[in-house]
Amino acid sequence: MKQQTIAKLLAGLTGLGMALGAVSTHATPEQDRQEFVKYYTNKYPNVKLDDYVYGALAFDADSKAQYDAIMEFPPYESVVEQGRKMWETPLKSGKTYADCLPNGGKQIAGNYPMFDDTKGKVVTLQDAINDCRTANGEEAYKVSDMKTMGVLTAYMRTLSDGMLMNVKVEGPKAMAAYEDGKKTFFSRKGQLNFACATCHVQNAGVRLRSELLSPAVGHAVHWPVFRGGDNLVTLQQRYDGCFKQVRAVPPAQGSATMNNLEYFHSSLSNGLPMKASVFRK
Amino acid sequence: MNALRRNVLKGAAGAGTVAVAVAAGLLKPTQALAGAPRSAFEAKNVGDAMKGMGVSAPADSKDITIKAPDIAENGAVVPVEITSGIAGTTAIALIAEKNATPLVADFDLSGGTQGFVSTRIKMGQTALIRAVVTAGGKSYTAAKEVKVTIGGCGG
Amino acid sequence: MAEPMRIRATMAGDVADVKVLMNHPMETGQRKDAKTGQLVPAHFISEVTASINGATVLKSGMSGGISKNPYLGFKVKGAKAGDKVVVNWVDNKGDKNTAEATIG
Repeated sequence: MKQQTIAKLLAGLTGLGMALGAVSTHATPEQDRQEFVKYYTNKYPNVKLDDYVYGALAFDADSKAQYDAIMEFPPYESVVEQGRKMWETPLKSGKTYADCLPNGGKQIAGNYPMFDDTKGKVVTLQDAINDCRTANGEEAYKVSDMKTMGVLTAYMRTLSDGMLMNVKVEGPKAMAAYEDGKKTFFSRKGQLNFACATCHVQNAGVRLRSELLSPAVGHAVHWPVFRGGDNLVTLQQRYDGCFKQVRAVPPAQGSATMNNLEYFHSSLSNGLPMKASVFRK
Repeated sequence: MNALRRNVLKGAAGAGTVAVAVAAGLLKPTQALAGAPRSAFEAKNVGDAMKGMGVSAPADSKDITIKAPDIAENGAVVPVEITSGIAGTTAIALIAEKNATPLVADFDLSGGTQGFVSTRIKMGQTALIRAVVTAGGKSYTAAKEVKVTIGGCGG
Repeated sequence: MAEPMRIRATMAGDVADVKVLMNHPMETGQRKDAKTGQLVPAHFISEVTASINGATVLKSGMSGGISKNPYLGFKVKGAKAGDKVVVNWVDNKGDKNTAEATIG
């Protein structure tokens, strides 16, 4: 019965709408993740699961070789360095981000997003950074501002390089947020009427308009990226781009919809290693 | 300087030319030939760039390897590596044939530096990446096509 | 331009493998500013020189066709661990930068 869940969701996509109702109950996030993994690895038995962290690059050696060449000495290192300075600069209270965050901010990114029971909602790592800011005399950063939150996380997330994604969904409220994210992922949207799943499940590993599409498993571990080695994009900034590309109005970055989407989306990559600030085309 | 380079290259029939130039006091033994003049970098087509470099009819060589993508991920940052297996390589020039100014860079190598350079270049459109190698006073060349596309979904 | 160059130099057998990452906008002069519609003036590194223990090993002329934040890799036979690599660049406006590293 579990095997049908993703298949049913995909079958629902071929119709005009998406009736999630019955099909999504009883499946745990880990079961969902395993179904996704099974779906992709059955379709592409020659691509190693470990390589899914490279997204579309895992399906094209020529692209992967360019990534390797650029990652040897990334052109955006000085931007990450700026992020390091931001990270190390004390806030108005005299405390630093390392004082606020668990484990001094090291090897924690894989735990986010997490469901905060006290707040009753999903919090992202960026939310945690902003909480630190406001608790120490600073104004919160706009999560959509690449120059502030973007640059800071371009460095800060590297402190979690190598950590395995470890998003936990425990309790009915967390589960509801997870299911909300899953619904966003599978719902058709925009003038093009595509769901996230249309490209990243149905057409993963296939070209759409000359672009090779990446599987959803392996997505969330490698952010932010520097597009063309230069243009900094965080994960929710990419969601924003995806919405616009299907000609839908994007929800605000940091909104419950986007955070819940990131919650669901990240749990699909549980068990895969994180690496921040990487090159993409 | 440019005329000197041209003369040395034109007269390059064998090992003697550079020695002659040295003997004539035109070229000190440790002095590397200066890089191509800025006019070569401003040339708007391959022919003029080559002329500006003082190179004519370089011989095709299989001893030059160009490592570059088949399809560039992003035309702003195309990794290119040129390896010259030709003995006595003293200079490598890198040309992107359809760039507005095709001569992208040149490298004069001395003091044990091997015939190898690695860099990243901009390409406006699908074109041949061409290497021009100077070795023993002669010029050699090889080329590789790199496709450049405009992606639809990079976001 | 004020940002320092990064140099990595390691021995591989008897060959020094030198990698340099420079910081520079490398404007070709052909790009239009997205906001103003005006051409952004050409501003690029035009010359790079590298030396090992004071002896020039590489001289490079560059155009704006080199990617932003130029990367340069080269190899020098006969160099040794402990040798000093110095890299200098000049751009078309006359700005300069220099950095050094010890071959590891």
